[in-house]
Amino acid sequence: MTRRLELRGVHKRFGATAALEDARCTVRGGTVHALLGENGAGKTTLMRIAFGMVAPDAGSISLDGRTLHLRSSADAIAAGLGMVHQHFMLVPAMTVAENVSLGARGPFDLRHASARVRAIGHETGLAIDPRALVRDLSVGAQQRLEIVKALAHDARILILDEPTAVLTPAESHELYTWLRRFAADGGAVVLITHKLREALDVADDVTVLHRGRTVLEDTEHRFVEHDVIAALVGEDGAEVAGEGIERTAPRMRPTPGDPVLALENASYTDAKGVRRLRDVSLSVRSGEVLGVLGVEGAGQHELLRLLAGRLEPTSGSVVRPERVGFIPEDRLRDALIPSMSLVENFALADAGTRRGRLDWAAMRVRTQSIVDDLEVRGPGIDVRIDALSGGNQQKFVVGRERSIAARALVAENPTRGLDIRAAARVRAGISDLHGDPLPAVVFHSSDMDEVLAVATRVVVCFGGRVTEIARPADPNDREPYTRALMGAQ
Amino acid sequence: MEMLAVALVPFLEATIRTATPLAFAALGELVAERAGVINIGLEGAIVAGCFGALISAGAGGVGAGFVGAAFAGMLMTALFAFFVVTLRTDQIITGTALTLLGLGLTGTLYRAAFGALGATLTVPTIAPVPLPILSQMPFIGPALFNQPLSTYALYFIIPAMVWWMRNTHAGLALRATGEHAEAARAAGIPTDRVRWLAILFSGLMGGLSGATLVLAQVGSFNEGMSAGRGFIAIAVVVLGRWTPLGTAGAALLFGAAFALQYAFQALDWAVPYQAFLALPYVLTLVLLASMRGRTSAPAELGR
Amino acid sequence: MIASRTHARSWVPNDAAELMDALVALWEGAFGSAYAVWSATLVRATPLVLVGLAVAIAFRAGVLNIGAEGQLLVGAAGATAVALALGGTALPMPVVVTMMVIAGAVAGAAWAGIAALLRHRFGVLEVISTIMLNFVAIHLVSWLVRGPLQEPTLAYPQSETIADNARWPFLIPGQRLHLGFAIGLVLALLTWWVTARTAAGFRARAVGDGMRAAVSAGRVDAARTVTWVFLVSGACAGIAGAAEVGGVTWALYEGISPGYGYTAIAVALLARLDARWVIVSAVFFGALEAGAAAMQRNAGVPSVAVQVIVGVVVLAVLAGARLHEAARVRRRTVHAEGL
Repeated sequence: MTRRLELRGVHKRFGATAALEDARCTVRGGTVHALLGENGAGKTTLMRIAFGMVAPDAGSISLDGRTLHLRSSADAIAAGLGMVHQHFMLVPAMTVAENVSLGARGPFDLRHASARVRAIGHETGLAIDPRALVRDLSVGAQQRLEIVKALAHDARILILDEPTAVLTPAESHELYTWLRRFAADGGAVVLITHKLREALDVADDVTVLHRGRTVLEDTEHRFVEHDVIAALVGEDGAEVAGEGIERTAPRMRPTPGDPVLALENASYTDAKGVRRLRDVSLSVRSGEVLGVLGVEGAGQHELLRLLAGRLEPTSGSVVRPERVGFIPEDRLRDALIPSMSLVENFALADAGTRRGRLDWAAMRVRTQSIVDDLEVRGPGIDVRIDALSGGNQQKFVVGRERSIAARALVAENPTRGLDIRAAARVRAGISDLHGDPLPAVVFHSSDMDEVLAVATRVVVCFGGRVTEIARPADPNDREPYTRALMGAQ
Repeated sequence: MEMLAVALVPFLEATIRTATPLAFAALGELVAERAGVINIGLEGAIVAGCFGALISAGAGGVGAGFVGAAFAGMLMTALFAFFVVTLRTDQIITGTALTLLGLGLTGTLYRAAFGALGATLTVPTIAPVPLPILSQMPFIGPALFNQPLSTYALYFIIPAMVWWMRNTHAGLALRATGEHAEAARAAGIPTDRVRWLAILFSGLMGGLSGATLVLAQVGSFNEGMSAGRGFIAIAVVVLGRWTPLGTAGAALLFGAAFALQYAFQALDWAVPYQAFLALPYVLTLVLLASMRGRTSAPAELGR
Repeated sequence: MIASRTHARSWVPNDAAELMDALVALWEGAFGSAYAVWSATLVRATPLVLVGLAVAIAFRAGVLNIGAEGQLLVGAAGATAVALALGGTALPMPVVVTMMVIAGAVAGAAWAGIAALLRHRFGVLEVISTIMLNFVAIHLVSWLVRGPLQEPTLAYPQSETIADNARWPFLIPGQRLHLGFAIGLVLALLTWWVTARTAAGFRARAVGDGMRAAVSAGRVDAARTVTWVFLVSGACAGIAGAAEVGGVTWALYEGISPGYGYTAIAVALLARLDARWVIVSAVFFGALEAGAAAMQRNAGVPSVAVQVIVGVVVLAVLAGARLHEAARVRRRTVHAEGL
């Protein structure tokens, strides 16, 4: 049966912030629908409203012309919607069958639930062992389970939020093939994504949100790519083209200087006894930007921390300056204390090594100069840092780490969650360093284009091993990296 | 052999008797913790249960005593639930405040009603009911099956909880709420309601724990008579690895520690009796220390 | 069914006049005279300043030390032991008193150190361990006053009265306010200064507000910081115990603390964990306790009612902080939009 989901005139405010203003979206049955927009454009909020997780301030949701009144996601599930969240909504300590059964009522029959999981696997090819614990599943299998969960509740409209963010290219391809087939069988798919090319390849229809408004609605491939890009970045975004990354050949840098960071046969085994890094030897010289690629769990997490001095190798040796600047992935947990002011967060960087009295006057001066240098916009340096937007928080972290560690800087997904402009500023803050000698920089991002745009050398992590990849002649040739990411020779 | 039986039977009987209020409280705490809530205010619910039992038993008999205790316990934890679930305050600090409130309120009301010297106030206790045949078994018969009805109630509650957690969707919802509340919400589970109900259940069981203290053991009330059982119950849950059967087993172990204290006091040893009074608390610390790396705790406990 | 009602004596006010009598008694007991202020309110505030400080220091660093009560008791026992050993000797009073302060601090710190050790070595939640240690401390004192520290006649479960050169000096002639209050004030201001101005104080705050960031961004040794906080917190509580023995009771007995360690949680929270405000907050609760004692004497209202007030104050502070937070989030979103 072909179904049609319509959202009309949706408004939503969070406190004083308008997340959505007159957003609309029409999803036709039998199609894959891409919902595009920058970070913070309101894509996820709009779909959470469609799924009953967030109540809109105004606007209507209808399914096949009937208005839906959603009090919770239970109502949306009953209406035939299913949502696969960017951060999986699975309970790791429970089994596959139990996860699939969450939210139902009455007695729970394990055998019946397991049979249902198997039957869906048989019908759709999404096979998972119903008795496995979710925490033992691979990321790809967890995503399959999310879809199975939706299908077990007879979902005919699937909403997927950034589904390929954690998948390997092969897994992404497999997922898209499956979604096309699901749509061909009469289902509907909404794909929330910021990956423009993937979206245009797989989608029939496109809706573009910009700052909470629907700025482009198009069906049946009538759009052209540059129209979509223009809609994505808005009128004032002309200066940033493409997906926000300058697609130029790597900048020519002065000849690299002396090695600053080095690993010699370094291995790392974590507390659970899992060997995360095996026998890694590499060095980063002053003036170099070492790009690090790797899918989740491939070892880059540990590699970056060994180089930044946040972990020590279990065997082998490491050479690094006394202070290495580190920009961790989760800034509000690992880099900043949200309840402290900017000045205090500046003081935090050296807190472990300081003695005696703190010179707050001097720290205020240095904090102010970071704020000026990196154009950190906020109400002042004495307010809590969580009063700043994510992009400004990250600019502050970059500035702080640069100012305390002149010789080496390690960055892990520094632009995650930032809008295009803030991301560009952060990238520039990390790669355009000055000083004599120049610092050594290590840069990791899950976005390959970003790494290739910034790095002077590239290494790939796979299964705890680290391999350097020589630059191919054609700067747009990504094949050698993709192959290495997947462990192919 | 005869000597052993003479020493052992009272010991086993005392073990079960002292384990009963602990088991009630710990099973209640278990449900709250599986929903992700650490209820440090349980102590307040127990002492409220003691007081509620005394007042209602005085007015309407033993049966009314148990009902009143359960009600008093739930009343205390309703306040706790309002704060930690609805207002989202810190669970530990709120729980501590509730414990203080429970201890202070019962003490004040008791003195208000019966005067400062009211410790003489007594209510009848329920007598042990020997079960035919079963209570004739050597050693464990009298210990397990010559007990008050409240203890027998546990023999039903424990397997019922095991079954309920495993074989109902409500049981899954409880566990999911404690492990990953956001995922539970995404699946349509009303997690705030789950937590409210789980906390109320812990209050109900805490109240019954107080009732067994007053109505099946002591027969009177004194200030602070819960004597840290609410806190020990939390340790019992940890030791029981967050399962009903494990919790029941751990409660028995603590019951045995309390019972040893009576046994040793009777022996008139050179060891000061305060050492035995302190034994359950020291045992709690030692056992918790020996359980390092407990991975079975609900992932969202305390958040 | 109720066996006895003969002792019942209702204190519940029957009319407005009786209620007024109770409130007047409360006020008179707390602030009604020079004696009330200097010999009742501030004397009761003295241990509360010190224990409140213990709790504030710990909570500020995210250490949930509910064990100030036990640390206070052990501190009192340590100070008593020293006072009994050195009292009556030729040593001058300042030396003996200093030794008592040190003994109280060391004993309290050691008792808190057990919880620190259990947390770091064995992963035991300090909330549980400190509460358990409170009960152990109660039984420890119960044993000491019937055993090694019992008075020579062995008639009463309490220690011998300490000698003149172990008694803490009074601050005002003719009033009972003693040296302990001055120590409390100095320690509170010192704590505030350390927290605001020194690297060590900042580390403690950072660990409390954002443990992971402190470790990752600040390279702070969290275990070391937390251990220090435990020890300092326990030392403050231990000094409170020493002050009670040296300045008020002059002997150790079982009920030496009417739950100061628990009231301290309310003291610290009402002060929003700020050491300077702990002084004000402790005086407030000291007045409440002094007034409640007078109320019990004069109007027959039981003083356990104070515990109810403590519980209610903590809940009110929590609810207030929650509403404040909600308002702050609203303001923040205004900012975020403006940028």
